[in-house]
Amino acid sequence: MKKSLTITAALGALALAFAGCATPPPAATSSASATSSATASDFKACMVSDLGGFDDKSFNQTSHDGLVKAGTELGVQTAQVQSKAEADYAQNIKSMVDGKCNIIITVGFLLGDATQAAAKQYPDVKFAIVDYAYDKPESNLKGLVFNTGEPSFMAGYAAASLSQTGKVGTFGGAKIPSVTAFMTGYAQGVAYYNKAKGKDVKVLGWDDTKKDGSFIPGQNPFQDVAGGKQVANNLVSQGADILLPVAGSAGEGALQVAQASGGKVGSMWVDTDGCVSQAKYCAVIPTSVGKAMDVAVFQAIKDAKEGTFNNTPYVGTLSNAGVFLAPFHDWDSKVTAETKSELDKIKADIVAGTIKIA
Amino acid sequence: MSTAERTAGRSAFAEYVSRHWRDWAITVAAFVLAMLIGAILMVVADPQVSANFAYLFTAPQLALGGAWAKVSSAYGALVVGAVGSPQALALTSSKAAPLICAGLGVGLAFRAGLFNIGAQGQAIWGALTAAYIGFTFELPYGLHLVLAVLGGMAAGAVWGGIVGWLKAKTGAHEVIVTIMMNYIASGMLAYLLTTAAFRRPGREDPISPEVHPTAALPSIFGQFHFGFILALAAAAGVWWLLERSTTGFSIRAVGANPNAASTAGMSVAATTTITMTCAGALAGLAGIQFALGPSANGAPVPLTLGLVGTVGFDAITVALLGRSRPVGIVLAGLLFGGLDAGGLAMQSVAQTPLTLTMVLQAVVVLFVAAPALVATILPFLKGRKLKPAAALTGGQA
Repeated sequence: MKKSLTITAALGALALAFAGCATPPPAATSSASATSSATASDFKACMVSDLGGFDDKSFNQTSHDGLVKAGTELGVQTAQVQSKAEADYAQNIKSMVDGKCNIIITVGFLLGDATQAAAKQYPDVKFAIVDYAYDKPESNLKGLVFNTGEPSFMAGYAAASLSQTGKVGTFGGAKIPSVTAFMTGYAQGVAYYNKAKGKDVKVLGWDDTKKDGSFIPGQNPFQDVAGGKQVANNLVSQGADILLPVAGSAGEGALQVAQASGGKVGSMWVDTDGCVSQAKYCAVIPTSVGKAMDVAVFQAIKDAKEGTFNNTPYVGTLSNAGVFLAPFHDWDSKVTAETKSELDKIKADIVAGTIKIA
Repeated sequence: MSTAERTAGRSAFAEYVSRHWRDWAITVAAFVLAMLIGAILMVVADPQVSANFAYLFTAPQLALGGAWAKVSSAYGALVVGAVGSPQALALTSSKAAPLICAGLGVGLAFRAGLFNIGAQGQAIWGALTAAYIGFTFELPYGLHLVLAVLGGMAAGAVWGGIVGWLKAKTGAHEVIVTIMMNYIASGMLAYLLTTAAFRRPGREDPISPEVHPTAALPSIFGQFHFGFILALAAAAGVWWLLERSTTGFSIRAVGANPNAASTAGMSVAATTTITMTCAGALAGLAGIQFALGPSANGAPVPLTLGLVGTVGFDAITVALLGRSRPVGIVLAGLLFGGLDAGGLAMQSVAQTPLTLTMVLQAVVVLFVAAPALVATILPFLKGRKLKPAAALTGGQA
């Protein structure tokens, strides 16, 4: 026993010795920090997440992509903090102020109060918040909001056209405006389809007259993949065969349900193109409702760096490509040419204002 | 006869000292081991730093220098963020206060042989009630705070007391009951936040109005607030209860051996109920800290679904680390508060991911909760009579 252990240890040491014998490339010997600081500017852009991490393949990650892009393309310094509890939001923002950040981007509706308080307290720092628009923002506070109802309307229309059972479903992570906007648009898109085609496709999980629907229960709904799976299963057992989960990373539960259904159920994705961020589920994702937070975040940082920052909220729409319906990818053959041309027409109508989503 | 007694007494004392010494040594060793593992994880997780290990023998300064820079900046940030400035100390105290309170709630129950997994639900009720009193009523300074604190503690006490009563009357196992009560509490919070009484006017989402300043825990220095004093007072109270009162003697007796306690004429049922009621009140006090304690911007955070975070579960680790003794729990709470505060600095200053600080905490607890593991890794700490079970629950004083 002891002998074998010695031999293993000796072999391990030998392997380590071999692994450690490579010759370093000449570039690596010069200090890495020296090369990067040559291009980096003094401007520092920082980000505070909500409870979802920067690896949620959805909401926070997309916003963080904008920060990373600013770091590489504008050469600004970056820093980020991930929040652990709702009680920490104010503290986390303060830690970024203490970190000498020039602009702080907070990600998520839930940071609305804390961000406004911080903007009042630190007038010299610029703030931008994803998903929150203030009625009277401070001069150093910019809301970045997205009319996600518009592409969701198109997604609802597409879902209704794809449904075999005559029922489609949706659910959210929490009843907050940035989530229910998707569900409202989705339901109204289905209703528009019914009216145009004389059909009666039902929406499960969102009642557009009561403005209420299915949400993942619990304290950490946006991280609760198992909870998302349970809600998705409920909707499927009631007959829904196309789902729209609006729940950050917890939406993966719906993708799992779709994948296990053997092609009977499809589940869309939100915030990013799911076929890219959740590539292993691409076969079950009909389309995704995109929200170009990375673009908005990048622009806010760029404006702040160049001194053109203002407090007018940024509103992402179909017409400025701040929101979009992602390509159909694997489902392209299942969506009829007729539906595709109708979707183009709907998009034009939404941009023109003839279709209104409320 | 008397000589024999004295000898027995002295050897018991000697054994106590030797075990006590080992407890401390193992706790410290658990820390060092956890930091080492954390350091390895940091190096492995950073592709830039770990890539340099390919040149370990040809250019050791690259690999080791890079690793040292990474690890020292992270741990440096941890220390500075936890104790490096008056603000850092204030933050540590405000993070520690709820952990101490809830840890006392869990630890007290441990001493009676009860596993109180329900501190989470009890804290939710404490926060909910205190916040409700705080934002609904208009009362003068002082009175408002006292009412909110008492209300929150009472709500936690009721929530914990139900468990004790169920256990005493029906024998329902407190682990299962408390876990289920946690779900009920968070469900109730979610429901109440949709009602007109709790939801902020003009908002669709589950968020309460702001607590009136009259009910906020007064700040002493920044985030070092009155709640921390309350937490220390609670610890002193629990110490007195356990070590100086008849009830505390019953609690310890029931915890050591319920059958013997019952034979000696103590009511196990009454002791169980009383213990869980007190434990609930303490956990409720933890919830109050979240609802009424000033945040970084000076005002208490309004009530939301996740306001109390995971304090009830963190409290279990605090109670374990503190060996279920009030002084130990205060120290463990300060330590975890410091890790929390320093963890934030690790993120914001040294750009270490949040998950790593959480792994660090988990590894500390893993080693502390399993003293035999540390003793196996470091054989010189292995005593003849290491009793993990007794050390774990603090079954005897």
